[in-house]
Amino acid sequence: MTAAELIAYAAFEGGVFSQAFPAFGVERRGAPVQAFVRFSDEKVRLRSQIYEPDYIIVQDPTLIGDVDVFKGMKAGGIAIVNTEKSDFDSGVPEGVKVYTIDATTIALEELGVPITNTTLMGAFAAATGEIGLEPLEHALRSRFSGSMADKNVKAAERAYNLIGGAA
Amino acid sequence: MALRVGCAAAPGKARENKTGAWRVFKPVFDPEICTKCGMCALVCPEGCIRETEEGTFEPDLDYCKGCGLCVEVCPKKAIRMEKEEK
Amino acid sequence: MLEFMEGSHAVAEIVKRCRPQVISAYPITPQTHIVEDLAQMVANCEIDAEYITVESEFSALSACLGASAAGSRVYSATTSQGLALMFEVCFNVAGMRQPIVMTIANRSLGAPLSIWNDQQDSISLRDSGWLQFYAEDNQETADLHMIAYKVCEDHDILLPAFVCFDGFILTHTFEPVSLPTQEEVDAYLPAFNPYQRLDAENPLSFGMYATPDYYMEFRYEVDRAMQRAKQAFVKAGREFGEQFGRDYSGLVEGYRLEDADTALVAMGSICGTVKDAVDEMRENGRKVGLLKIRTYRPFPAQEIADALKGVSKVAVLDKNISLGNGGAVGIEVKTALYGSGISVYDYIIALGGRDVRKRDIAAIVDLAEKGKGDMFYGLRTEVL
Repeated sequence: MTAAELIAYAAFEGGVFSQAFPAFGVERRGAPVQAFVRFSDEKVRLRSQIYEPDYIIVQDPTLIGDVDVFKGMKAGGIAIVNTEKSDFDSGVPEGVKVYTIDATTIALEELGVPITNTTLMGAFAAATGEIGLEPLEHALRSRFSGSMADKNVKAAERAYNLIGGAA
Repeated sequence: MALRVGCAAAPGKARENKTGAWRVFKPVFDPEICTKCGMCALVCPEGCIRETEEGTFEPDLDYCKGCGLCVEVCPKKAIRMEKEEK
Repeated sequence: MLEFMEGSHAVAEIVKRCRPQVISAYPITPQTHIVEDLAQMVANCEIDAEYITVESEFSALSACLGASAAGSRVYSATTSQGLALMFEVCFNVAGMRQPIVMTIANRSLGAPLSIWNDQQDSISLRDSGWLQFYAEDNQETADLHMIAYKVCEDHDILLPAFVCFDGFILTHTFEPVSLPTQEEVDAYLPAFNPYQRLDAENPLSFGMYATPDYYMEFRYEVDRAMQRAKQAFVKAGREFGEQFGRDYSGLVEGYRLEDADTALVAMGSICGTVKDAVDEMRENGRKVGLLKIRTYRPFPAQEIADALKGVSKVAVLDKNISLGNGGAVGIEVKTALYGSGISVYDYIIALGGRDVRKRDIAAIVDLAEKGKGDMFYGLRTEVL
């Protein structure tokens, strides 16, 4: 949820209306939570969950196989997957571009904890071009303070540059 | 599937919910160093560390969430955390 | 200025600016973030309020009742089972005419246990004497708190109010909200001026027993005050619009109802989804509109009848069920339109957090136009 909140906040900072909300799902293997983000030039009124995402972020790759994380994605969609495996290709629909990033390792190195929200946010910004580095950093600095802010900005920037090179 | 009246459930439902996949790190037990004190099994919040026939201990990785409390409590440092490949 | 924040946080921020003097609440999902934020604000001396921690919702509202009777502006928040536990105190608060404002983070009632959204909790307190306002988004949620205090504390009203917003769907959603400054709120909402209060110098007792010679008259007076609250809400909503530019002078609000043949009627956050669905149906040439009910108590029967003049079919969306006789809003809309010749169909939807999409709204309009209704919509028949 934190990743969704931060992405929506950064998008809002970038000048559009946005909305972020969680869906606390039923307990099932490795799928404790989903969160959704919408942004638009108009005020967002729609409150239903998102069934045909333009973009997805998979925080935990062990989900893949148990849950069809790509469900509803169309050609032109972009997926960001947190995985160590660079040859990842399981179940990707036709026309969906996948960026892989080992966000867990980056988060461990930069933050000291395996919490990947801000790292994946950097990857999302670079892969989709929907958020600039500046509103991203602004969002992180208003959510975190002091050295935590610095560390999270660094994690996000590392991912941004890594994906930016690949995109 | 028919709904059971009153949303009643038979025991054992929690066992179907294998929470091991939530883990980032897994505990690795070294039975050579283990003195069989059983503290690890005692503190495990999931109750998923069991005694082997030899009297040493091992985790059930289907349920272990990787909290690392067993590592903290082990007086002989016979358990270490290892990052899992995902 | 728009700021990006969580719905619960927006509520805490606006409550802070309403300057409550006593807050008492017991945490329960999905209301928790509101009272956590407020407890923090009190601890940080950002609000000059007493925060009374208690062991249950029953105690929370009881503490609020005493504090209100002593002449304080009082705030609380709860949901679901927590509101159920307050049942008895709710009737006492209204009967003792204490203008307490309480946020309801709408959630279903167990059993089966469910933390997710529907409106069964507040609807079940329909007859308690509390005003009930339902918000479509977090902006409206925040704004309605200011209006609620203004209406409740009016000496012609003196009743408590629920400000209801959908659990998770709004409480946990981050979106842009414009919050007025403290000075702006102070200009709209003057300090609480109690009509009468507990005072050691001039002793009073509240909620004395009433014999059969008097009880009915007291109930009649509460009902009269509830009826007067319609005009008070319109006035407070209009003043709000004049000061802040967001108009809440309507107990109901129409959306694309002009020339509509079929009208949907709904309350709360689903109205946003319905508006998007209406726009899509309109693009396909279908004459559909929405009537949003903002005040469920007092119930705007006449306003509904006026707004729906000219439509031939009405589809009411009920996020609750009065078990044994359909949805609570549907029942009352049918009463309001009795004799009008308009066909009213009721649809029980979204219980226990079942998601509702634009295509569901379109499907409900199809059903209404075929004359099929008074039913649960979206049942998973395969598990029955």
